[in-house]
Amino acid sequence: MPWSRRLRRLHPTDVIMGIVGASVIAVVLYGSYETLRSGRYDGTDWFSFLVAGLTQGSIYALIALGYTLVYGILRMINFAHGEIFTAGAMTTFYLATWLSGKGWLTADRLGSAAGARVLGTIVLLIVFSALISSIVAVVLERVAYRPLRGAPRLIPLITAIGASFFLQYTLRGLYGSGIRPYPDVSVLNRELTFGGGYSIAMDEVVVIGSAFVLMLALVAFVQGTRTGMAMRAVAEDRQAAALMGIDVDRTIATTFAVGGALAGAAGVLYALLFRQTQFFMGFIPGLKAFTAAVLGGIGNIPGAMLGGLFLGIAESIGPFLFLEGLGIPSPNQLKDAIAFTMLVLVLIFRPTGILGERVSKRA
Amino acid sequence: MSLLEVAGVHTYYGNIHALKGISLAVEAGEIVTLIGANGAGKSTTLKTISGLLRPREGAVHLEGTDLLREPAHEIVRRGIVHVPEGRRIFARLSVRDNLAAGAITRDDKAGVAADMEMVYETFPRLRERRRQAGGTLSGGEQQMLAIGRGLMGKPRVLLLDEPSMGLAPILVEEIFDIIRRLNGDQGVTILLVEQNALAALDVADRGYVLETGAIRLEGPAAELRTNPEVIEAYLGG
Ligand SMILES: Nc1ncnc2c1ncn2[C@@H]1O[C@H](COP(=O)(O)OP(=O)(O)OP(=O)(O)O)[C@@H](O)[C@H]1O
Ligand SMILES: [Mg+2]
Repeated sequence: MPWSRRLRRLHPTDVIMGIVGASVIAVVLYGSYETLRSGRYDGTDWFSFLVAGLTQGSIYALIALGYTLVYGILRMINFAHGEIFTAGAMTTFYLATWLSGKGWLTADRLGSAAGARVLGTIVLLIVFSALISSIVAVVLERVAYRPLRGAPRLIPLITAIGASFFLQYTLRGLYGSGIRPYPDVSVLNRELTFGGGYSIAMDEVVVIGSAFVLMLALVAFVQGTRTGMAMRAVAEDRQAAALMGIDVDRTIATTFAVGGALAGAAGVLYALLFRQTQFFMGFIPGLKAFTAAVLGGIGNIPGAMLGGLFLGIAESIGPFLFLEGLGIPSPNQLKDAIAFTMLVLVLIFRPTGILGERVSKRA
Repeated sequence: MSLLEVAGVHTYYGNIHALKGISLAVEAGEIVTLIGANGAGKSTTLKTISGLLRPREGAVHLEGTDLLREPAHEIVRRGIVHVPEGRRIFARLSVRDNLAAGAITRDDKAGVAADMEMVYETFPRLRERRRQAGGTLSGGEQQMLAIGRGLMGKPRVLLLDEPSMGLAPILVEEIFDIIRRLNGDQGVTILLVEQNALAALDVADRGYVLETGAIRLEGPAAELRTNPEVIEAYLGG
């Protein structure tokens, strides 16, 4: 289309949004330029920001998958997903503390028999937490969402918000409102050094590695198993899936179970990293993971993975890369602002997300 | 006892009384057709049989077992496969995966592979496009895929809802040929809903004429074809 025609077609809001977009880009570029010119950070710093971002991003990705799986199959945002994450992490606290008391989380180095036992214990904690979260997710679906299957879309959405509060306060009632610190797995504080000052902490390796394995497992499950095929079919057309002999209710329950399991696993990884669990802990990660799912294109599995990693990296590098160059004091405190600014910008400029297709109108 | 028996069925959409006491029977090995004007209740009848809709009154039996106690997915396992109106293929799944989805209840891997081969033989176009997403097929190809997907369920009774809709005349003929072959060579019992009443009465053994939710006429297809009422209303008099 020739430029003159395009210009005439422009709507005033397009112009305003264009200016907003351009100024955001200009500010980011200017800030980055200033930071890089000042030479405050060297390669090893950027590398450690990147690794920290990937670590945090892996956790976001695991949670985001739960949002995306449920959205894909029910076209509904499960706002209680953050609490499903919390339920796993907080319940597993007791198992972790008990096993730690038995010395199962103590070792001098990972390469020893004791080190292998530490890793085995972490796997056990992940599996246990996944199981708990999975059960909570399935019960939630059965009790709160399934009876509303035929209702207008706003109704399950409001129910989900209610379910989120219900679970939060149930967890508070069960586990109290105090902070429960996970046992320190000191062997994971060691660093893997590569020379030249580059290094990765062992807990980052564990988090990134576990998340990677879980995501591969999910893809294999969805693409390669009969249940995965049923999930894809139900996501596309529930009635047609029933006509193939697929048990739609069971398939939806399985989807909640899988999403819940990933959230529970993420809960343990989060607790290993930050050590503190509390009934409210799922709120911010849940919101961030929702942002990640939207970034990647909600309903899209690779999109949720990429969205999570991308958000983690943007949050970790962004403050040092461009906020600091703008002369903002203690920029790291503003990383939540970066995440949610990104959410708003994506919703304005590309509501279907990075990998998203146009969401089909067929409900 | 007939293979499939529908007795006095009343089906509603909310307050809309769509089926007003439909009774019909299909014997093993038959092709039975259901014809009638738009909105007569043909699709509703098939949906009631396959369990997508629950009637308020009446009964549906397959070889004497009560189908109204079974959810839709169990009815498929019992051998009733419904190829719905408007194709309803899985747009983002590949052609191959669509066919595999049709066989999702089956455990006999060898049988499934053989049936997939049979579907590809019947519709060579689908083999060429097996890696393509279902949604990128042409309308006619999608119709072939919908029928092929139905066959993958190894039906004893196949419910076909307007299989010739939107197809070029040469393909329509081909589809009716396939219906004949499925019935003749593989012994699949078929309940066929069609707009194309002449072609449907041509392949069918018996027929029912539906009018606003009730059965108006029934009989051997050859008789219906020469019935003056049918000729005037459906065969372009
Ligand atoms: N989902 C629905 N909600 C309300 N009414 C419906 C619904 N589906 C069908 N109906 C009504 O039920 C009646 C029967 O519809 P049905 O789809 O069975 O007709 P049909 O014989 O298959 O017609 P066609 O040849 O146009 O496919 C029609 O009056 C239609 O308006
Ligand atoms: Mg119809």
